[in-house]
Amino acid sequence: MSKQQFEISAGYKKWTNALLGVGALALVLGFIFLAMSKEELAQTRFWAVLLQNSVFFLLVVNASMFFICVTTLAMGGWQMAFRRVPEAISSLVPVFSILALLVFLGIIFTGQYNIYHWLDKEHVEHDPILKGKSAILNPTFFLVWTVISLFLWSWVGSKMRQLSSKADEKMNKEESKKYIWNNTVWAATFIVCFGLTVGSTIPWLWLMSIDAHWYSTMYSWYTFVSSFVAGMSLVALFVVYLKNHDYLEYVTEEHLHDIGKFMFAFSVFWTYLWYSQFMLIWYANIPEETIYFKPRMQGVYRGVFFLNLITNFAVPFLLLMRRGAKRNYTTITFLAVLIILGHWVDFYQMVMPGTVHEHYVFGWFEFGILALYAGLIMFFVGKGLTKKPLLAKYHPFTKESIIHHT
Amino acid sequence: MAQKKFVVGCFEDEKVLFPAVAKVRKEGYKFHDIYTPFPVHGLDHAMGLRETSIHTAGFLYGMIGTTTAVTFMTWVFTKDWPVNVGGKPNFALPAWIPITFELTVLFAAVGMVLTFCYICQLAPFVKKHVFHPRATDDFFVMVIECGEKTNEQELTDLLKSVGAQEVNTQVAEEGWWIGRYDQEQSLYNEPNIA
Repeated sequence: MSKQQFEISAGYKKWTNALLGVGALALVLGFIFLAMSKEELAQTRFWAVLLQNSVFFLLVVNASMFFICVTTLAMGGWQMAFRRVPEAISSLVPVFSILALLVFLGIIFTGQYNIYHWLDKEHVEHDPILKGKSAILNPTFFLVWTVISLFLWSWVGSKMRQLSSKADEKMNKEESKKYIWNNTVWAATFIVCFGLTVGSTIPWLWLMSIDAHWYSTMYSWYTFVSSFVAGMSLVALFVVYLKNHDYLEYVTEEHLHDIGKFMFAFSVFWTYLWYSQFMLIWYANIPEETIYFKPRMQGVYRGVFFLNLITNFAVPFLLLMRRGAKRNYTTITFLAVLIILGHWVDFYQMVMPGTVHEHYVFGWFEFGILALYAGLIMFFVGKGLTKKPLLAKYHPFTKESIIHHT
Repeated sequence: MAQKKFVVGCFEDEKVLFPAVAKVRKEGYKFHDIYTPFPVHGLDHAMGLRETSIHTAGFLYGMIGTTTAVTFMTWVFTKDWPVNVGGKPNFALPAWIPITFELTVLFAAVGMVLTFCYICQLAPFVKKHVFHPRATDDFFVMVIECGEKTNEQELTDLLKSVGAQEVNTQVAEEGWWIGRYDQEQSLYNEPNIA
């Protein structure tokens, strides 16, 4: 009989505190040496790294709620055995929303023109392209739309989590039917909000507007799928951790296999979108479009550019292809870590060429902030997991998940 | 073409079939096959069949497809007929990805289907012995191959005791043959068919 309720172990706490300590130190040092520096480049680096990390990890934890809502809408039952894990991860959305909002406020109010050059009113006046886009690319619209999106994710997500708590108590057949219907309605609401934000507008505002002259219709999907595949990997990591510590009694290798399939399939889907974006620009060869790939493919980012393809496509594609690999804790853990780091690098190469240009560094600050976010995820997910039993015992689909067989 | 003797037990229910499979396996008999009206989850595992290698074959066929596509296009566009298309290099890898992908999928898919048909001994004009016509309708037909030491009577009793609705012994061609059923009656004879 395995344990029903998650308890934070001493080892878990130690790692959390260590990561948080390193991260906080990096943030403080970064603030002193980079943000307060007289050098423009150091300031830009500070805000660019914060932007990359806060956006990436916010979208990654939000992907958990997307996963829950999609499986709910598809009447999926297999995920019930571990559904409390993505739920706990998605409970980070409000926290990371506030952090991301602080970063945006910082960028806008300290006037970081190197990050978003559409913030520079004088420059926009003389720039017909930016002027044409100024109805959307202006601080008011940016902040209002950001706040609305963050609120919707947090609010509808918390509704879904509240509904999930009801499955801890017994319900009869009529109540079960109503319960499923309620879940469906809220999940559908979330998907609509998600499509209008993460699936389209939010990546335009937060990331694509760094290269404000340039645009790509693939960009939002590309950003979304990047965060989704990393989000599934994060779920996989926690599921493996909990299984190894004698929790999640009903999760078998069948469930892990299905999570692995998500990691595999969406790595391929990411590549498909990457290629769709790249190929048209490469083929048409129009200067205003190729400007995006010029520094990445032929400039100093060449290494990062190809590393991105190797870690996010070639390795997961070849290593996760076998059935046995998806059912093996070691390979899943290794690839989950690789995919998360790979997409972290992916976001890095989305942000940096437009902000710090050729002066990019993978230094103490970049990895310090990564550690900070890793620590925050461990801290809050651990806390979220302790709040509820790890199995929604009376959810109508729980049995389906227990007998799940691929 | 070798004829062999088989003991055939027919079951009406999956729930009876699974314990029966376990019991027959435990007694050490060798399954020829179990014919079911629909795919039964976990039956392969219960029968102790090894994991299929068809995906490995599929991967290899896919690699052959990839290689074919890339080498052929490389030869055409750089050696045989180099054409300047919009100032692109002759070796224009990004433009070839869709075709490479298509050929990979085509080779893998067709190769796997053909391999699968070969393993299952399915092909046009090729015939196989049908142990029970109701295997395509509502019967789970368990076919056990008789070795030299197999006691037919014991096996029949065993199958009856584990819940078989019908049990009979058939002497039949085990592989496939080319021809027609009616003209090839001499290939097998069925003493007790229901």
